[in-house]
Amino acid sequence: MSSHHESILREPLVTGENITYSKVTEDILVPVENKPNKAWWIGFIVSALGAGLWVFSVSWTFWFGIGEWGLNKTVGWAWDITGFVWWVGIGHAGTLISAVLLLFRQNWRNSINRSAEAMTIFAVICAATYIISHMGRPWLFTWALPLPNQFGSLWVNFNSPLVWDVFAISTYFSVSLVFWYTGLLPDIATIRDRAVGTRRRVYSILSFGWNGSVKTWQRFELVSLILAGVSTPLVLSVHTIVSMDFATSLVPGWHTTIFPPYFVAGAIFSGFAMVQTLLLITRKVMNFENYITMFHIESMNKIIILTGSIVGVAYLTELFIAWYSGVEYEQYAFLNRVSGPYWWAYWIMMTCNVISPQLFWFKKIRTSIALSWILSIVVNIGMWFERFVIIVTSLHRDYLPSSWVMFYPSWVDVGVFIGSIGVFFTLFLLFLRVFPAIAMAEVKLLLKSSSDQAKKKLIAEKVVDSGEAEYYLESLEKYDSVSPKVAEFQKV
Amino acid sequence: MSNIKYILGHFEDPDDLMHGIDKLQENSVSIYDVYTPMPIHGIEDKLGIKRSRLGKVAFGFGLTGTITAISMITYMLVIDWPMNIGGKPHFAFPDFIPIMFELTVLFAAFGMVGTYFFANHLAPGRAPRVMDLRATNDRFVIAIDARTNTSHDQIDNILKEAGAVEIKHNERKYVSYE
Repeated sequence: MSSHHESILREPLVTGENITYSKVTEDILVPVENKPNKAWWIGFIVSALGAGLWVFSVSWTFWFGIGEWGLNKTVGWAWDITGFVWWVGIGHAGTLISAVLLLFRQNWRNSINRSAEAMTIFAVICAATYIISHMGRPWLFTWALPLPNQFGSLWVNFNSPLVWDVFAISTYFSVSLVFWYTGLLPDIATIRDRAVGTRRRVYSILSFGWNGSVKTWQRFELVSLILAGVSTPLVLSVHTIVSMDFATSLVPGWHTTIFPPYFVAGAIFSGFAMVQTLLLITRKVMNFENYITMFHIESMNKIIILTGSIVGVAYLTELFIAWYSGVEYEQYAFLNRVSGPYWWAYWIMMTCNVISPQLFWFKKIRTSIALSWILSIVVNIGMWFERFVIIVTSLHRDYLPSSWVMFYPSWVDVGVFIGSIGVFFTLFLLFLRVFPAIAMAEVKLLLKSSSDQAKKKLIAEKVVDSGEAEYYLESLEKYDSVSPKVAEFQKV
Repeated sequence: MSNIKYILGHFEDPDDLMHGIDKLQENSVSIYDVYTPMPIHGIEDKLGIKRSRLGKVAFGFGLTGTITAISMITYMLVIDWPMNIGGKPHFAFPDFIPIMFELTVLFAAFGMVGTYFFANHLAPGRAPRVMDLRATNDRFVIAIDARTNTSHDQIDNILKEAGAVEIKHNERKYVSYE
């Protein structure tokens, strides 16, 4: 097997002693096969209350109409579309981890892809609910689809980015769902073969009759690879098209060609932050320290630094081009963002997205769990404000100064937003209980090549260069899942 | 002979499994199938399994999606109800590209996964045809048809020598129907 020749210099992706294939199964299935603990119940009850708030606020919107939101005739698009873009962006990290990192053969994706993909699906569900609820008459949502109708048939306008968005989001959601579920089949089969009674019957139906034969696996790997190949341009297209909802308009502040790459980078940025927020807690509560290691956390922080810097460059480019264009409306739009009545939103965005992620240049901060978690929340706040700044600040002072206004959200706006977070966490917590949060089959693949145990064995057999072995042992110091004693013992 | 249907060799390590396959093949024992909890790279070549054609399937479905999109949009916006939008051409091809792309991906993904499920008989509710319950957990299992390979003792010895930790003589093909 070619995977046996991994360099000793690479940091381990699985830590812990006496990790066997069956131990991987046991460890990962603990939350699925046992009754939930207190922490899960507390989280679930809080999230379910949030989801209840969402149901109430959205029902209220449907019943009384979107006049219940804080919108006015100048700002006709505000928290709804902010929330939509925020959620779609968060979804992007899942596909990036599962598809792009697979194409680049980044093995560290193996233990985080499952939960990141689940997160994608739930985030896109939250985004989709915003689309439906901001339609005003949601029961007419079929009008966005090219279906024969009694008006002639009057077709949708395929020149409109909003129609592209309908296709992009629905394709993205369904392809992500298929990708995620196909990947789940072998793990569901593992649960099935360990369960008894009703549980077994349920998982048997869910497993589609998976048996792990050679042909099944061979095709499975090809299917995963091709799905990754088509998902990679798909994920880029989705946020490109979302950005075109704005960029193809003539509103100063929206009408910019930089939007597609800038939105995609922002999406990956916020998505990784959300993955970090969720996984740092999951890893602790579910005792996954050996599978989601410090290396994973550090790698994600590095991607956050990279995408955060791209976003920062995009912000500065926008400012520069606004000035350089010589268009006074464009110039005013940006001056208004920086120093107008919404200056605080702009500077919250700048601080949270551009300045604070730069702290990750320090290894101490990058490898600190508490700080990583706090900064990931900060990034999510910043990315919400980015969308708010782009949307509301561009709209509230339009071409006609007599209609300049401020936007104030109503309780329904707030309820839908907080509620959507509740929906997201409810779905995520249910996922943790029903399906394995880590792709077991994929982690098992790493056991013989990339685990700490396999590497220490190589060192003990003295088949690797002693200098390189020394380097490897030093790299273990940042790991919270490797006890320092073992590292000391190995050095001697 | 007895009514043993299948001989299963359990291995704890994928390398031992590969060794076992080599040994069996050296002794001209035909292998029915191998069940593993994870994909084993290189096993297809050993067992002489051909390259999967799912890539071509995906390409075909993708192309269908592209053609569907362009024909649908052209029919709707150019033939059935052309609209004058600022005097611009009805066949505004660049505007059609995003949806052509999306439908290409959608058709390719669903067509390929559907074909995969069909070819491997994967469907919700399908009874799992599992020969050993640990094959989805921590055992790498070689299944040998006991009817066509009659020298059972020899097979047992080969498996044992190759490092099998457990050898089972099953009288039923699938254990999962119980």
